[in-house]
Amino acid sequence: MITIDGLSVSFGAVQALRGVSMSAETGKITAVLGANGAGKTTLLRTISGLKEPATGSIRMDDRSLIHERPENIARMGVGHVPEGRGVIGEFTVEENLRLGAMMAKVPLQAGLDEQYEQFPVLGERRKQHAAKLSGGERQMLAMARAMIAKPSVLLLDEPSLGLAPLVTAQLMHTIHDLCGSNNLTVILVEQNASSALRIADHAVVLHLGRVVANDVAANVAANEDLRQYYLGMVE
Amino acid sequence: MMDPILTSRIMSDVLGGLTNGVMYGLVALSLVLVWRSTGILNFAQGAMPMFATYLGMGLLSYHLSYWPCVAISIVAGFAIGGVTERVLVRSLYGKPEINPVVVMVGFLIVLEAVASAIWSTTPRGLPSPFSPIDWQIGGKPFGLSDFTLYEIVTGVIVMVAVAALFRFTKLGLQLRAAALAPEVSRLLGVRVGRMLTLGWMLSTAVGTITTVLVASNYFTGLTPQVMDSIFAFGFIAAAVGGLDSPVGALVAGVSLGIILQFVSDYLNSNAIIIVALIFLIVSLMVRPSGLFTKSSARRV
Repeated sequence: MITIDGLSVSFGAVQALRGVSMSAETGKITAVLGANGAGKTTLLRTISGLKEPATGSIRMDDRSLIHERPENIARMGVGHVPEGRGVIGEFTVEENLRLGAMMAKVPLQAGLDEQYEQFPVLGERRKQHAAKLSGGERQMLAMARAMIAKPSVLLLDEPSLGLAPLVTAQLMHTIHDLCGSNNLTVILVEQNASSALRIADHAVVLHLGRVVANDVAANVAANEDLRQYYLGMVE
Repeated sequence: MMDPILTSRIMSDVLGGLTNGVMYGLVALSLVLVWRSTGILNFAQGAMPMFATYLGMGLLSYHLSYWPCVAISIVAGFAIGGVTERVLVRSLYGKPEINPVVVMVGFLIVLEAVASAIWSTTPRGLPSPFSPIDWQIGGKPFGLSDFTLYEIVTGVIVMVAVAALFRFTKLGLQLRAAALAPEVSRLLGVRVGRMLTLGWMLSTAVGTITTVLVASNYFTGLTPQVMDSIFAFGFIAAAVGGLDSPVGALVAGVSLGIILQFVSDYLNSNAIIIVALIFLIVSLMVRPSGLFTKSSARRV
């Protein structure tokens, strides 16, 4: 479980997060929604240690993540699939997965087999350079690379970005399955609010760095004001 | 049928060029290792291994034999590379590209001056365990000796070992990942700072092996400037092959060595630097980012 309390983050004079408090429960998907510049990506980067907060706390179960280096946070079991997927194009599919498996406690081959079973297309393209994969395949690779390390927390930043609607639907289904079968704590940052709300248990809406809604996903999806003013979901 | 004397001369040039080319290739490889991991062109890449070689081979004066001194030189190379990265280079990351160039040129001058002050500029002969006398075939010198074979075999072993490290080991995977995508690597638990230090250590150790081979040559000896000309040709090889490409560095290094050997034999030994520069200019005109590199051109 991730618990965030009073988190503020600045980029010089610009305050990206202003006293954000929220939690993400184990085995549940928490969607973080909002328009461009709401602070969603900054929130994930702060959780994974890439950005140092000005104030506030972040805890994973009973361990503080504040002032920890990103590599240490990764080793604690936080997987982060960054915006743009972050696959290494010069590496083959298998090399990307081997890199992800560096922190895994299971044998490499068992981890690879498991991911190839979950994402069969990656098995077919294991020797291919990641730069040659389609957007959807790259997203699968990014998720498989995070999952092979057996994280307890998975941070996903705009996984549907640039994907066709059908691929996005499949991807959301996969995220839902992964969360359930691995008892993962998932924090899903999305601009595509309708897709995210379909699979999320809980939703947090950010606007200009502040939390404007923090409720179960069904309630957020049903709230006309939130849909219209903050999520751009005009009927 | 080809004249046996001409055949022997060509064979001798190819083997001589191959020996020099392996040295250029190793220097180019060490430059590429640092460039790929930190984006810095290390102009002290000849001087740092020279210093390590003096530290290690200097123990010959204390009645230590050749091989332990070589091992100590390599360890000193690892240490100098690591300390340089931590103390001098780390503050240069993210700075304008001219800053590391100026600092590393300054470091080169300082190291050579300090080495001259401590060990003098008089060449110090190293007692190579291999004979420099050319083998004979039919009473004619063949262009290969025990010593040149030692240089070639060692060079090839180092190249294969570096390639295997990068291709087949966990450490190599992390070194490559840290260089290509530092932020993503950190998110996957890779200790990027440690990998950058290791990259410098490895590069200086490879440079030290090259320096030991060059300085062990009966006709060269160890001086503070021993690597200056080799560095220049290694630099040209790295630029031609592509600063991002270890394979390119090696192929360009060996090719340059063989071309220059023929130039020296059939034209004039003074023409080799001119030909080397023409080789560089033409190659960069054809492919500005290097013949083997996959990335786009980068300002240096």
